[in-house]
Amino acid sequence: METLSWGEIFVRILIQFIPVWIALIATFALSITFKRRLGLYGKLFDSTIGMTGFALVMFWVFTGILGGGFDMVITHDVLEQSGAMKNKVPGTPYTKMIGDVAENAYPYYLLGGDNLGRDVFSRMIVGAWEVMKIAPFATLFAFMVGITLGLPAGYYGTKLDTFLSFLANLILAFPVILLFYLLVTPEIVATGIPVYMAGVLFIFPIIFLVVLYNSRFFTQPPKRNLYVALTVLIGGWLYLGIAWDADPLGVIGFPPNLLVVFVAVVFVNSPTVFRIVRGLTMDIKSRDYVAAAQTRGEGPWYIMLWEILPNVRGPLIVDFCLRIGYTTILLGTLGFFGLGLSPESPDWGSTINEGRKLLSIYPHPALPPALSLLSLVLGLNLLADGLREESLRD
Amino acid sequence: MGLFILRRLGVMILTALCLTFIVFYLTNLYPNLEKLAKTQGNFRMSDEQVQSYLARNGHMQPMPIKYGQWLGVLPGWTVEVDDGVRGRCVTGTVSAEKIAEAPDFCGVLQGYWGTSTVFRTEVGGIIAERLTLTGILMFWVVVLMVPSALALGVLAGMREGTRTDRSLSTFAIVTTATPEYVSGVILIAVFASSASGLRWFKGTATSAMENPNFENFFLPVLTIALYGMGYIARMTRASMAEVMTAQYIRTARLKGVTFSNIVMRHALRNALIAPFTVIMLQFPWLLNGVVIVETLFNYKGFGWTLVQAASNNDIELLLGVSVVSVFVVLITQLISDIGYVYLNPRISVS
Repeated sequence: METLSWGEIFVRILIQFIPVWIALIATFALSITFKRRLGLYGKLFDSTIGMTGFALVMFWVFTGILGGGFDMVITHDVLEQSGAMKNKVPGTPYTKMIGDVAENAYPYYLLGGDNLGRDVFSRMIVGAWEVMKIAPFATLFAFMVGITLGLPAGYYGTKLDTFLSFLANLILAFPVILLFYLLVTPEIVATGIPVYMAGVLFIFPIIFLVVLYNSRFFTQPPKRNLYVALTVLIGGWLYLGIAWDADPLGVIGFPPNLLVVFVAVVFVNSPTVFRIVRGLTMDIKSRDYVAAAQTRGEGPWYIMLWEILPNVRGPLIVDFCLRIGYTTILLGTLGFFGLGLSPESPDWGSTINEGRKLLSIYPHPALPPALSLLSLVLGLNLLADGLREESLRD
Repeated sequence: MGLFILRRLGVMILTALCLTFIVFYLTNLYPNLEKLAKTQGNFRMSDEQVQSYLARNGHMQPMPIKYGQWLGVLPGWTVEVDDGVRGRCVTGTVSAEKIAEAPDFCGVLQGYWGTSTVFRTEVGGIIAERLTLTGILMFWVVVLMVPSALALGVLAGMREGTRTDRSLSTFAIVTTATPEYVSGVILIAVFASSASGLRWFKGTATSAMENPNFENFFLPVLTIALYGMGYIARMTRASMAEVMTAQYIRTARLKGVTFSNIVMRHALRNALIAPFTVIMLQFPWLLNGVVIVETLFNYKGFGWTLVQAASNNDIELLLGVSVVSVFVVLITQLISDIGYVYLNPRISVS
């Protein structure tokens, strides 16, 4: 068999992505048909920038889920090595040094092989799944922490604000990479510090939800009790499983090296979210509707969570998109320095790090993950821009 | 104003103390000390040997006391061993008389930064040398980044919504979405690899440490500058666009002032207030970029030293590096606050 030309590689890659194209077209067709009924999300489809961004993001979301979660798009196993395929150029027919190629195996390495003879194309696809597994959730947790602390800091001001702002500035004054090097090492994992940090950081979502329901429904005790009990039960179960690895049912567990990455990323992101929420709250708290709620005799937490928070959702949603992109960059940085994730992990940062050693001779293993990361973060930035434009319009 | 600066300085020193204590605490945790002992001695040390190594080097004291000694507010430790006395303020094992001659306090406040266990020299010297190299890099980054970012932002913001604005803004978004390890890899692959054939620049900057020239230094400088540029350009654009809608610009237009004069004389000065703070606050970010780029291009500056110190748990060097970087962050914040007040008379500090 001969090496494929660039045109053939391109066509074959397009064919491999067919499940993603179908999912994308379905999403867009449905969204555009019903866009008038979908609120802010629907308005996104009025701006070209927002749509481009959304398409890029959803492309990687579907690629990650279908490729990494359901093994659909990938052509080879991400850990399978072939001695005959080391550093081979894109489009090389798949051969093995020892033994025969399995009959139903894909006949080519579409984007070549890396320095261990693994398929670059499949690793790029599964790399998207690695990002999807961590980045959105880490960002969400950072937002929970930032909102739960930022609202009272901005609303009450005084000593609480001074103290929390000092803490936030303290973390922000740390160079991120130094912090990662200090936190994400096997030695620190052995001391158990990341677990304690997870114990502190992961309790915020539960506090947030409990306060949220309690402040709204405390006049209807049956409803309140149901919501709070459900949150504490489910949240507590997840909390024990994820943070302390002490799930009484033994269903939920979290690999320790992934936990430390997760904690580090949440830890780095939450002070910035805190500062944004605090600033927005200070701005909003002098509005008339807040004064009206105060006159009605509403509690401070009701005002913060049900009067102020819904009114700052616009900037927060925009920042959420940008922050997922930043988290993706942070994860890549961790991989680039070989911190936290296992060296065999197919995430983009680690792959770039591995590929850079032979970059001037064989650029093909490092470029696909680099361009993937670039396009995902670019998509998130464009999406945030589109959202900002559309939310400012009304 | 004086009181404001004084208060900021106080907070700054408190922050620096807290941060260095955190770094000190994390690097002095037992598993890290054990790793240090094993890399300094040998990897097959037994637990007792590790213990005795750590005791001989003063690592077994309580954490706050060690921190006080490092800072120079508590007298340095001395340990009696079989063949003499070891102490913080002397190197190696010496006789009891030598210890008596050595100063009691030797910490950062006395100008004693300790000894690096990786490079086997004084930390102060290493940091000064590496910082100079990074200073050269940063200088060229600023020379490239600030003017081009401002030009980009002003060009895009002076006529909002035009095609120039759209394309320049898109370029700015693309650069902010490209972290250094991505743009560096792409730039090397395109401009410095034998595979693409364009061998305009060198893929490493090792030779730039002695003799920086365009060929070996342009790619690292460009890589750092690109990431910061987009953000500054977007801020400048927003501020420029806002100024261009102001009343006095309209008045100038109606008076018949030419467009270039309006931009250069009336708009630019007011439009550049906001980007100034952004540029100052970019420095801490540049520090991250420096670490990545120096690792990628093998330029042995400050960022490279940080990586070496952190991955080998070189405690004193790491502390020195963090003190410097923390002060860079805090001082730029202070300058940006003060500068903002000076540039914008509408803001008062009280």
